[in-house]
Amino acid sequence: MSGIFIFEQALNGLQFGLMLFLLAAGLTLIFGVMDMINLAHGSLYMVGAFLCAWLASATGSFVYGVLGGVLLSALFGAALEISLLRSLYMRDHLSQVLATFALILILNDGVKMIFGSDLPLVAPAALDGPVELLPGLMYPAYRLLILTVGFALALVLYLLVQKTRLGALVRAGASNREMSGAMGVNVARLFTGVFAIGAALCAVAGGLLGPLLAVQVGMGENILILAFVVIVIGGIGSIRGALIGAILVGAVDTLGRTLLQHLLREFLPPQWASAAGPAFASIAVYVFMAVVLVVKPRGLFPVRS
Amino acid sequence: MALPDRPAASSIGTLVPGAVLALALPWLLQALQMDFYLSVASRVVVYAIAATSLNLVLGYGGMVSLGHAAFVGLGSYVTGILLAEGVTGFGVHLVATVAITALMALVIGAISLRTRGVYFIMITLAFAQMLFYLANSVKGYGGDEGLTLRARSLLPFGIDLKNGIAFYYVALCVLAAALFALARFVPSRLGRAVLAGRDDEVRAEALGFATFRYKLAIFVAAGALAGIAGALSVNLQGYVSPNALHWTQSGTLLVMVILGGVGSVWGGLAGALVLLLLQEVLAAYTQYWEFWTGWVLLAVVLFARRGLAGLLFDLRTRLAAR
Repeated sequence: MSGIFIFEQALNGLQFGLMLFLLAAGLTLIFGVMDMINLAHGSLYMVGAFLCAWLASATGSFVYGVLGGVLLSALFGAALEISLLRSLYMRDHLSQVLATFALILILNDGVKMIFGSDLPLVAPAALDGPVELLPGLMYPAYRLLILTVGFALALVLYLLVQKTRLGALVRAGASNREMSGAMGVNVARLFTGVFAIGAALCAVAGGLLGPLLAVQVGMGENILILAFVVIVIGGIGSIRGALIGAILVGAVDTLGRTLLQHLLREFLPPQWASAAGPAFASIAVYVFMAVVLVVKPRGLFPVRS
Repeated sequence: MALPDRPAASSIGTLVPGAVLALALPWLLQALQMDFYLSVASRVVVYAIAATSLNLVLGYGGMVSLGHAAFVGLGSYVTGILLAEGVTGFGVHLVATVAITALMALVIGAISLRTRGVYFIMITLAFAQMLFYLANSVKGYGGDEGLTLRARSLLPFGIDLKNGIAFYYVALCVLAAALFALARFVPSRLGRAVLAGRDDEVRAEALGFATFRYKLAIFVAAGALAGIAGALSVNLQGYVSPNALHWTQSGTLLVMVILGGVGSVWGGLAGALVLLLLQEVLAAYTQYWEFWTGWVLLAVVLFARRGLAGLLFDLRTRLAAR
């Protein structure tokens, strides 16, 4: 195991973490402010990826495809919020679970009706090759693009929420919705906007990860759970918590998949290591979350006092 | 949470015809030459047991668990692995399944009950995901492809669960026992204490009830019952795969309970019956049956706020008021 290998894996973990952050950002705000469990957030990721792939093949350009897909997803998210989700904010968690689970079924089959069960999406040819980051360290150019976009968006979002007036309104809503409403904030309109941005970020993650993973029906269901893990670790409603949680989860997942496997191979007989390795790696994230919750039952950065 | 206090529509008038219909169903289907539907009926019964066990946790214990399918799947794996190893006695299967799923529920419950509200939802989900990935990794028993079985559990007197009718009646007995136990549990001293903890935990604790212990006991009992549902399920399908533990399965069980009526004795049965029959009917007409199921569920959330049991209850009170 060389230093370069570890560095490369750390970059992969960071890249995955940043994509998770894009998914978790909208989820944590809706969850934190509206106290709304949205199981269909993973479906927005799927819808976004399909829109990106469809537009990319229609326009022949990956960039136009992703940009258009992100824009359409934002509109879709806003329409969804206004037509349905808004009426669920005041309902109990069980109704929200039932309604958004129903939404998963509808969107999965709806996408299948319109686009089929999967669509091809390939990265632009110019980014096919590797780039030499350091002497001896070759890193795929496309993954570097994901890292850069993820970083830029995370920074913009962080500044938007932490430093601007709009962000202050959102944070005020997160710590006490009724009070900020009483102070004259139009919480309803604010959160149509937040939801649209959340959907757009999902589409960015879906479009960028599409060429690496597959654009297929059901792609949102497993990553949704990871996004939930992220926001629970970070503290529900906290954008800073989501960022740190996402990077931690990305690191634990990727390091679990690579370094842990290496370690197991050193200490266990090979047939044991090959059986236990993948299981340990997948489980590591959830063990991490359970430990965080047992030590800090409200996450690392609790928003409400 | 909107939890109906009263088990709706559970009078003798509906109970007796329902029980007679359930008992006579195999003959009825044979007479109508629709034998195929017996396996559908068996599936409804197995899901009803699983949903009833979740209703115990959710409707009576007041704990929203999004990882309940893990116990069903674990039960399927315990029985499936015993069958694969050549152990065929149903008694052994039940004892092993109940022991292991109850132990697992004890561990998961003891840790999860330290958290509240949405954090409880998420930590039960996390534990279920751990078991899901564990099931994926047991290469000796099928790994992610799942475990296919030739043999089925054997009961005394030469009853083989491979026989569809025998299976149906065994599953029906388990369901009846579970419903009977639940109906007896609610007005019992223990049941009252558990409901008090659900409705106002602080007050129940101030009155001297050890709410944590009651909740844990409920969680363990429900885990064991879910395990039995799993043991039956693997006998019905002859197959178990990690998908049985996937969170969407937990979601489906949750949907059944909410649909049928949270905290109503019949909620689990009603939800399983309605959802599975709805799927069966829709699947006969379209491959996109999930799409239409979704719309029906949405309509229930928006227009029938207390599930089908609540809807029935409202109807009865409205009719009675006339």
